[in-house]
Amino acid sequence: MFRDAWLIAGKDLRIEMRARVGINQIVPFAVTVLVLFAFALDTDQEALRTYAPGLFWVTVLLASLLAIGRSFAVDLADGASDRLLLSGIDPIAVFGGKAAAIAIQLVVLEVLLAAGVVLLFDVTVHRYGLLVCAGLAAAAGVAAAGTLYGALVAGLGVRETLLPMLLLPVVAPVLVGATRAFQDAFGVAGAEGWAWLGLLAGFAAIYGVFGALSYGALLEEA
Amino acid sequence: MGAAARSLVSAIRKRPCSLTGVVEPAVRLRAAVTLLGRFPALAGVDLEITPGEIVLLKGPNGAGKTTLLRLCAGLCSLASGQGWVLGHDLNDERRMVRRRVALLGHRAGLYDDLTVAENVAFWARAAGAGGTDVDEAIERLSLTGRLADTRVGRLSAGQRRRASIASLVVRRPELWLLDEPHAGLDQQSRDTVDALVRSAAAAGATVVLATHELERIQVLKPRVVSVVGGMVRAGSDSADGPNDGDASTEGDRRVS
Repeated sequence: MFRDAWLIAGKDLRIEMRARVGINQIVPFAVTVLVLFAFALDTDQEALRTYAPGLFWVTVLLASLLAIGRSFAVDLADGASDRLLLSGIDPIAVFGGKAAAIAIQLVVLEVLLAAGVVLLFDVTVHRYGLLVCAGLAAAAGVAAAGTLYGALVAGLGVRETLLPMLLLPVVAPVLVGATRAFQDAFGVAGAEGWAWLGLLAGFAAIYGVFGALSYGALLEEA
Repeated sequence: MGAAARSLVSAIRKRPCSLTGVVEPAVRLRAAVTLLGRFPALAGVDLEITPGEIVLLKGPNGAGKTTLLRLCAGLCSLASGQGWVLGHDLNDERRMVRRRVALLGHRAGLYDDLTVAENVAFWARAAGAGGTDVDEAIERLSLTGRLADTRVGRLSAGQRRRASIASLVVRRPELWLLDEPHAGLDQQSRDTVDALVRSAAAAGATVVLATHELERIQVLKPRVVSVVGGMVRAGSDSADGPNDGDASTEGDRRVS
């Protein structure tokens, strides 16, 4: 099971490294969004610092839509999705592998964006441990939910527009929890960061289990 | 009667040939109906294929050949009727079918950003095959050298088709389902595909192929099955006959 999941994750990550869609398109898109926020609020540096955690996570969620869509597009492009079904790989391993690959890409994106937030919005990190844990848990949650909903819309012609409509409301708890945790980590609000981290971990666990159990049925319908 | 006994009796009824000493068909369909949306792409197909057979599905475009191949691969579901492939029930054991068959469809099923060798190796590992199998498949389809390290997105249509076939060969399937296997291939590659089909059948695998190149397929001496309007015609003609499924005689016939 883990061997197969790693096989899928390795394949997806290798494709992304070769195609450079993440570096050439997703990261520039995310940085552009962040810069636009900075332009919109630059008269008020204090407001930028206060809202930096929320702006950071809105940007991550928007960019994650591109990464999730891309993950399924490479399988659909030349009929490889059928071959994945025929390969006999357990759907749980396919889910785990795809979610892991998306999560790794999101973590890389978060690191780059966090550097951008520190530079552009002039914020200071007070709790590195909380920042790292919240970033990882949120990436895992978004990746698990994204893989689930990505498979749900994969077979539809309107998947590019349907995915944001379905996924963004679902990951709203991640947005709230990660923003609160980052507010605590950046020291811009007295939020209970570690408590919100629990919400993020719970979300990731629930969608991880639910996604793994339902992925086989979703692949059949895709 | 206990639950286990009832289950056994049910299994015997569902697979009438499996416990009677008779060779179980590789494919057995009874009044199989498959819907594409609301359209019955297969409208009551009865078909039986014995292990080791080479079967040519013949018929006009839209007759249901591709859907029939996909049904045998376990990629389409039965709306009604019954079906068994390699002894597995198509109603509830499609996952078991899939890992034992190989389907060459209209699309290559490869990743453009991976090289030929990486693609073949990926599908080999997914099927539990080893590195030796990968090298052998690549060599068999003449994809060695610089071509093996070329990204699939940069290949010609014919090279892409060969890479696709190599990624099937490496799985060593028991049932080959080939949809237009010669499409886009040059003469030498077509000969290679024919040799592959022959060797697969000689090794005991079953091959079902759909093609419009009937003259070419004669060398494989397939049993010809006509598919027309989502149904298998009772009676088929020779591989070099008209490709419109306009058969009128009873029974399938081996091409001589």
